[in-house]
Amino acid sequence: MSRSGNYHTNYGQEISIFRTPGQKAWLALLVAGLVAFPFLAGNYYIYVVNFALISVIGALGLNLLTGFTGQISLGQAAFLAVGAYATALLSSHFHWPFLVTIFLAALVTMVIGLVIGAPSLRLEGLYLAIATMALYFIVAYIISHWNSLTGGPYGIKVPPLQIMGLKFDNNFKLYFLLLSFVAGSVYFVANLARSRTGRAFVAIRDRDIAAEAMGIDVARYKILAFAVSSFLAGIAGGLYAYLVGVIAPDHFTFEVSIQYIAMIIAGGLGSIEGAILGAFFISLLPEVLRFVTGSLAESFPVFSGNFLLLREAAYGLVIVVFLLLEPAGLYGIWRNLRNSWETFPYKYR
Amino acid sequence: MNDFWQLVVSGLANGSVYMLVALGFSLIYKASGVLNFAQGELMMVGAYVCFWLISSLNLGFWPALVLTMVFSLTFGYALETVFLRRMIGESTFSVIMITLGFASLFRSLVGVVFGTVEKGFPTPLDGLDYRIGGVILWQTQVWAIIVAFGIFAGFLVFFRYAKIGLAMRAAAEDQDVARLMGININQIFALSWAIAAMVGSIAGIFSADLSFLYSQMSLAGLKALPAAILAGLDSVEGVLLGGLVIGLVESLAGGYFGGPAHELAPWLVLLLVLMVKPRGLFGSSEIKRV
Repeated sequence: MSRSGNYHTNYGQEISIFRTPGQKAWLALLVAGLVAFPFLAGNYYIYVVNFALISVIGALGLNLLTGFTGQISLGQAAFLAVGAYATALLSSHFHWPFLVTIFLAALVTMVIGLVIGAPSLRLEGLYLAIATMALYFIVAYIISHWNSLTGGPYGIKVPPLQIMGLKFDNNFKLYFLLLSFVAGSVYFVANLARSRTGRAFVAIRDRDIAAEAMGIDVARYKILAFAVSSFLAGIAGGLYAYLVGVIAPDHFTFEVSIQYIAMIIAGGLGSIEGAILGAFFISLLPEVLRFVTGSLAESFPVFSGNFLLLREAAYGLVIVVFLLLEPAGLYGIWRNLRNSWETFPYKYR
Repeated sequence: MNDFWQLVVSGLANGSVYMLVALGFSLIYKASGVLNFAQGELMMVGAYVCFWLISSLNLGFWPALVLTMVFSLTFGYALETVFLRRMIGESTFSVIMITLGFASLFRSLVGVVFGTVEKGFPTPLDGLDYRIGGVILWQTQVWAIIVAFGIFAGFLVFFRYAKIGLAMRAAAEDQDVARLMGININQIFALSWAIAAMVGSIAGIFSADLSFLYSQMSLAGLKALPAAILAGLDSVEGVLLGGLVIGLVESLAGGYFGGPAHELAPWLVLLLVLMVKPRGLFGSSEIKRV
């Protein structure tokens, strides 16, 4: 029997995200699973999942910008790069604590986000995509050639992560730290999406002229979308810097922008669950790919050396396949399955 | 002063390559409203196919060229018919993303199949140079400019006098009326992709000959995007000027201001055009403003 009717008895119940006991039970199960995971999995898999968690934060930001507000941005890699480099510089030159560097780096990224987002006030769709791509190339070039600041092609080394003396030096501890960052980001984005701002974003995506006519300040909310999205990407970049330990320009190529767009397409545009699913899917894809090419390497030697290129080909293929076959992404597939289950034996309610 | 003219020559030659790639952008955009982010990859695929025909199958340059033309026409046609046609009516974002997905896919597959080491490109034009005053002109550069102008002139004639050319212009102007007049719009779309791929291949061969063949050359092809935007995305005529201007700006900026200017100049021009006059020099469509 599925949910029917509205049985809320106070306002608090109505605005809570998890309303029914069933939803709360599933949530508890999810939390238990997430907490138990690192105890059960090997060190390598925790390492892989740590990267996935970081990309969840980045994907949430991009989803907010492109999925909710409809602003096409090809500059995600630029935001990640700025966040990572800002964090690296602040922590290696000034030795400021982790939380301070992350926060300041995210602020710096937000400023860059305002720069990259400025064209969105004049341009739409295709032209905005081109403008953000051009700005990405400019930022990327500056980062890889401003040798005195960024170390040029050799990059910067990042000091190890510690919070008030507690060292996070293995993947196990980092997992829980990253999990809390992800939980915070999801909570933030979910509430933003349900708020007046979130509704304004969606209105701009759907019909910006109508939104303006209804009194939504489209310019302000577009800027806000870029600001929040780049702030999140800055956090993701900063965490990436601490996780990897050394960052260099090749960590932030144009392919990374495409990778993040693959995440939100594969997950499903415009939904938070989609962003999370997509981020995990794309982050775990290389592992599956490694397995597949490993087992095929004996029969097809072409697979043995070119892992990075095959990974890039896989991202392109994922984008093409999802756009052709299931534009609503993994979350769309999940929703269809869930609906069929709930309405069985009928086709629809 | 010789340095200046040297820079001008290389700027014009590179600009001719950009012009050809931008012609592809324009054709596809004008016919179907799609910006083909994979145009640089089409250029690269054409160049690599030609190289493979010459080096692995030991064909002469001219037979390989003809086969490459045939291949790229088919390849562009197939791409549109099999994949892009399903995306008609989808949002701009989806269409952009699918071309980006293809771009990524082609770029990496070419790297996997052919390797990422740079290769020299063998053509009958190698090794012969002209010297005018103190300026050296590679034969490749001269022919790149001549061929690009020739192709461009050919297209002007094609669009004005050939039946199919007129059909393409009609379809670009008003799809519904063109359909009513009996023009097969789907064929027009497919044809525009085929021609864009073919023109891209020619651009790729010249680009490979001017520098070398490498798997990141599609990113160099992406620099034709500023040329297309400068011209106006739906202006096939303006592409001539757009390509040459970007080539010259890139070359002169690089010569007088150094490496960073060479890399960044096209993108800065692009941003300038988008902020000041988004429809470009010769474009006609309205761009939204907030």
